[in-house]
Amino acid sequence: MMLKRVFAKPEKHKLYIRQLFLELDSLGVNSVWIVIIISIFIGGIMTIQFSYSMSNPIYPTTLIGLGTRDTLILEFSSTMMALILAGKIGSNITSEIGTMRVTEQIDSLEIMGVNSASYLILPKIIAVVFIFPFLFIVSVFFGLLGGLVTGPVTGVITADQFIEGIQWLFVPYYVTFSIIKTFFFGFLVASVPAYFGYHVQGGALDVGKASTQAVVNTNILILLFDLILTQLLLT
Amino acid sequence: MIVVKNVNKSFDGEPILKDISTTFEAGITNLIIGRSGSGKTVLVKSILGLYEIDSGEIWYNDRNLVDMHHRDRKIMRQEIGMVFQGGALFDSLSVAANVRFPLDMFTNMSLKEKMKRVDFCLDHVNIEPNAYRLSPSEISGGMQKRVAIARAISLNPKYLFCDEPNSGLDPETSTVIDQLIQSLTKEFNMTTIINTHDMNSVIEIGESVLFISRGEVAWQGTNKEILNSGNQKLNDFIFANKLYAQMKKAEEEAKK
Repeated sequence: MMLKRVFAKPEKHKLYIRQLFLELDSLGVNSVWIVIIISIFIGGIMTIQFSYSMSNPIYPTTLIGLGTRDTLILEFSSTMMALILAGKIGSNITSEIGTMRVTEQIDSLEIMGVNSASYLILPKIIAVVFIFPFLFIVSVFFGLLGGLVTGPVTGVITADQFIEGIQWLFVPYYVTFSIIKTFFFGFLVASVPAYFGYHVQGGALDVGKASTQAVVNTNILILLFDLILTQLLLT
Repeated sequence: MIVVKNVNKSFDGEPILKDISTTFEAGITNLIIGRSGSGKTVLVKSILGLYEIDSGEIWYNDRNLVDMHHRDRKIMRQEIGMVFQGGALFDSLSVAANVRFPLDMFTNMSLKEKMKRVDFCLDHVNIEPNAYRLSPSEISGGMQKRVAIARAISLNPKYLFCDEPNSGLDPETSTVIDQLIQSLTKEFNMTTIINTHDMNSVIEIGESVLFISRGEVAWQGTNKEILNSGNQKLNDFIFANKLYAQMKKAEEEAKK
């Protein structure tokens, strides 16, 4: 029911587009730094861990780069990053919309004759769905950069061996598969918290509770969709 | 003018509004008063169409809200201004942008025309231009209410609804807000409905007063008649405030 209202024809396209750019900045651009920081560290940590797992000389050192690359592309930069961003973006969306609900700002929109569900939620969904594939690419890039820096610094692998590894047996479809996943995850990260925020009743405490519930439910749905999409697209 | 005919509304089988019938005239301030939980907020939300009523009719001049298609209701809501208890200003927008919002959403005015209208509305509620760029959190409660009134009148509405407009305000600011609403009502000939339990407002601007008790119309009259209504339920409500009890006593002693 709510999604039907969200995707109804906007009252005024110009205002929705203005709102979309604000959301792209607030939800997307403001998430780039956290994605970069986490990806650099995780890329570095994975490189070290792969090097310990493959310390047996029978494994070629290129496997370290390959393992780091494929883990980043297949799971970390898509699924794990979506779980992290569900916390950041999801709680932001629930608390923003929930606060608007309990302070009667949503009622105010409705009485003006504005479709509040569409005006408040649609730009967020479009912004997050649009920005997630870019954040995925940023995450993969900086994850690999983290591995490239950490490997030689910690002495587990040289830069040349790492670069050779990340080019070895590269499957372009993995990137396509993960980008497809990010569209679904982006939709979940925006729509589920928006639902919880929009239906809050009570006061500030209830907004906090809704925010927690939204993040937990979004995480569960992301994992469920990850399982289904992996089964459908990768096997 | 808004006419309410035989309106009934219940929640989970419990009747909240029982056969309410009344008329709210244009150009005067119509007050709905009653204890907390008496049903006055449900009545206002029913008139606004935010609650679907079980039976009855709600006429906005010659249009019955009950029979209206959802699309027509949306269009009609552009004729309604609403001032909420907490102001309900949009946190993310400045004072001027809040007042401009309905104009952005529903008119094709140029930016210059819109700013002229914003100036006009904010000037009417005595907001200085140096406050235009401030956000709602940076202004006082009284100013927030005045900005909310400015936003409510920006589309030149035929109907103005105010929910507890004086809640949280000091007596002096409350009087300013009351007088502002009354003067705007007369200036623009709006049908104004104010939901309140502030007795000062009742005495100050209650040109028409509807007293609701347990979901029923218990009394209807004017601020001039209210202190001598002879209605027990209304007296219990009014004279719970010691000030009005003393006023009444003094009036009776003066008569003797």
